[in-house]
Amino acid sequence: MSSVAFSHSTFKSMLKKYYTFYTGGFIAFVLALALAEQLGMSRQWIGYWFLFATIGLYAGIGYMSRTADVAEYYVAGRRVPAFFNGMATGADWMSAASFIGMAGTLFLTGYDGLAWVMGWTGGYCLVALFLAPYLRKFGQFTIPDFLAERYGGNIVRTIGIISAITCSFVYVVAQIYGVGLITSRFTGLEFGVGVFVGLAGILVCSMLGGMRAVTWTQVAQYIILIIAYLTPVVWLGMKHTGIPVPQFAYGYTLQKVGDLEKKITADPKEQEVRKIFADRAAAGRAALAAPDKSYAEGKAKVEQSLVSAKSSNAPADQVAAAEKAVAAYPTNVNAAKVQWTRETALAARSAPPRPHAQAFPGKDEAAQNTARLNFIGIVFCMMFGTAALPHILMRYYTTPSVQQARVSVFWSLFFIFLLYFTAPCLAVLAKYDMFTNLVGSQFSALPAWAAAWAKVDPGLLNITDINKDGIVQWAEVVIGGDLIVLATPEIAGLPYVVSGLVAAGGLAAALSTADGLLLTIANALSHDLYYKMIDPHASTTKRVTISKVLLLVVAIIAAYVTSHKPGDILFLVGAAFSLAASAFFPPLVLGVFWKRANKWGAIVGMAVGLAVCIYYMLRTYPFFTNMGVPKMDLWFGLSPVSAGMFGLPVGLLTIIIVSYLTSPPSKEVQELVEHVRYPNLRGDTVVSEAR
Amino acid sequence: MELTEKHNEYWRKNLVYTAILLFAWFVATFVEAWYARELNGITFFGWPLGFWFSAQGSLAIYVVIIGIYAVLMRKLDMDYNVDEGDLE
Repeated sequence: MSSVAFSHSTFKSMLKKYYTFYTGGFIAFVLALALAEQLGMSRQWIGYWFLFATIGLYAGIGYMSRTADVAEYYVAGRRVPAFFNGMATGADWMSAASFIGMAGTLFLTGYDGLAWVMGWTGGYCLVALFLAPYLRKFGQFTIPDFLAERYGGNIVRTIGIISAITCSFVYVVAQIYGVGLITSRFTGLEFGVGVFVGLAGILVCSMLGGMRAVTWTQVAQYIILIIAYLTPVVWLGMKHTGIPVPQFAYGYTLQKVGDLEKKITADPKEQEVRKIFADRAAAGRAALAAPDKSYAEGKAKVEQSLVSAKSSNAPADQVAAAEKAVAAYPTNVNAAKVQWTRETALAARSAPPRPHAQAFPGKDEAAQNTARLNFIGIVFCMMFGTAALPHILMRYYTTPSVQQARVSVFWSLFFIFLLYFTAPCLAVLAKYDMFTNLVGSQFSALPAWAAAWAKVDPGLLNITDINKDGIVQWAEVVIGGDLIVLATPEIAGLPYVVSGLVAAGGLAAALSTADGLLLTIANALSHDLYYKMIDPHASTTKRVTISKVLLLVVAIIAAYVTSHKPGDILFLVGAAFSLAASAFFPPLVLGVFWKRANKWGAIVGMAVGLAVCIYYMLRTYPFFTNMGVPKMDLWFGLSPVSAGMFGLPVGLLTIIIVSYLTSPPSKEVQELVEHVRYPNLRGDTVVSEAR
Repeated sequence: MELTEKHNEYWRKNLVYTAILLFAWFVATFVEAWYARELNGITFFGWPLGFWFSAQGSLAIYVVIIGIYAVLMRKLDMDYNVDEGDLE
C-alpha cells in the first residue's frame, strides 16, 4: 500500500507543478497579447489568437493523453486527485449558459433569478451525501452500470441508457450552439464554421484519450474560465466599491441601485416614455379588437397625409416621410395583426423597473405566493437534476478512493461557487454602472461601449430615443441578457484583450461541458449497449475503438441538429434536469439506502416518474399544446420546467410500493449494497470495481 | 460476508450525519426561500438578508456542509476500521 501511496503523491505533486506552470504560461500569454494590442495588433487578430491558441492547447493535452486502455479511457485510470477532479467537475458543470447567460438572467430578473444559482450549487450537497462515495466504491464505468448491477437485468439498463442519452443530448446541443456563437462573434467566422472549429477541438480531445484526456483538458479549461470571469469583475468592482473583491462589498451598491430604481420610477421623463409605450400598447389592443375597420382607417389616414403633404407643397423630406409611411403600411389585415400584436407587447416596457432585490413580486398575495412556489420549484428540480445528471456523477468514478471522492465533491462545489457567487455581484455592478453612466447621457455622446454594442448587435443592446428629448431614459434601453458578461470588459474600461479573454473563457466553458456530455453519450452506447448487451465478449481494443467511432457519430449528429438553430434551448435544458431528476434520482438513492428496493420497483418507478414528468410538460408547455396536445391548467400554478417536482416524488413512492408488493432482491444484491456502503470492508468477498 | 454489530453501528452513525447535514441543507434552501420576503426586511452589510442568503450565504453553507461531511466520514472510517489506508 505504501508504494501506491507514494506513486499517488508523486503524481499529485507532478500535476501541481504542471498546472502552476501552465497557469503562469497562460497569464504570460495574455500579457503578451495586451502588449501586442498596445503596439497596434488588430482586434480580429487578438480574437484569432485566443481562439486558435486555446483550442490548440486543448488538442495538445488531448493528444498527450491518448490511450487505448479501457480503465484509462472510461475513468482516467481512477487516479485523479480530489482537488483536480474538483476543477474538472467545475468545468464539466459550468456550461456556456452559466458563463455567459447567468449574470444576464440575474440582471434581468433580480432576486427571482437566484433560483438557478441556488439550484445549481445546492445539488452538490445531494451528490456528496447520497451518491458520490457510494458510486466510487461501486467503481464501474457508467451510471446505467450501477442501475443494472443493483437491480439486475437489461430492462433497467435500457431505461438508464435512454434517460442518460436523452438528457445529455439535449444539453450538448445547447453547448455546441454556444461554441458557434462565441467563435463567430469574436473572430467574424460564420456561425457554421465556428461550430466546426469548436467541434474539432472537442473531438481531438475526447476521441484520442476518452475520460483521461477530457479530465486533464477540463482542468486546463477551468483555469482559463475562472481567470476570464473574475478579471473584469475585479476591475468593475474597483471602480464602484473600491475593493478588489466586490463579492464581499456590493451590498451597498445594491442599496444604491434600489435608490436609483426609485428615482427612475418617479422621474417625469421616464414616466413620459413609459406612457408612450402604454398608449401604443393600448392602441394595438384596440386595433386588434376590430381589425378590418382599423386596417381600413389606418390605411386611409396614411394615404390622406401623403395627399395633403403633396398638395400643400410641403418640404421634400416631409413628402418622402409620408411616402415611406404609405409604403411601410402592412399589405393586408393579417400582416397588420402581427404588427399590432407586437405593439401590445410594448405594455411590458410601460412598467417601471422592478426592484432588483425584491423577492417574488406580484400584484397580490396570491400572485406572490405563486411566484414563490415557482422559485422553489426551479430550485428543487435543478438540485435533484444536478444529483442525477450522468456526466457529473461519472466524474466521481475517477478518484483513487472513496474518501477522495467525498473530498472531491467539496472541491467541485468550491470551484463552482467561485463563479456562482460572483455572477449576482456582476449583475448588480453592471446595473449600477448603467443607471449612473448610461441613463441621462446624451444620445449624441453615449458611453463608448454602449455606442459600439448597439451598432454591432441590436439584439443585445437597443437604445431608441422614444420621446425625442435627446437624453437616454432607462425605459428606452432594451438589453439582451448575454450582453452583461460580453460587454463587462468594455464597461469597466479595459483593453480589448480582456474581451478576447472573456470569449476564450466562454469557449472553455462550452467546450468542457460538451466534452463531458459527448463522452457520456458515447459510453452509454459503446459500454452499456454494445459491450454489456450485444457483445459481452468484445475485446478491450474493440470496445474502445467502437466508443471512439460512436463519439464521432454523436458529435456530428449533435452539430447537425445545432446548425438548425433549434429554438428555446433554455426550456430544453431545464426540461433535461426535470427528466433526470424524475428518472435517476429515486432509483440511485434507494439503491444505496434501502436494501429492499428491487428490480420491479425500479423499473416501474423510473417509468412512472418519467411518465408523470413528460405528461405534465406535454399538457402544459405551449410548444406542445400549440401542436395539438390538449391543454390543461397548471397544477398549483407551477411552470412546466418544474415538472420534476411531481415526477420525482411519484417515482420515489412507486419504487417503494412496488418493491413491497414484489419479492425482496437476492442475497447477492443485498451483499452488493453492503459492499457499497463501506469504503473498505475487510474480508469482503464482493468485487465490484472494474479495472 | 456477515456484518458485525460494529459495522451496523458505523452505518447508523453515517445515517445520523447524513440526516443532520441534510436538515441544514433543507433549512438553507427551502426554509430560507420560503421566508425570503420576511428576511429581506433585515439589512446585512447593505444587502437585504434574503437576497444575501440566496446569492451567497446559502451557497457558502453548501460548501461547508460538504466539507464537514468529508471530515466527519474520514474520522468515522478510521474509528470503525473501514478506512482505505493511506491512499492519498
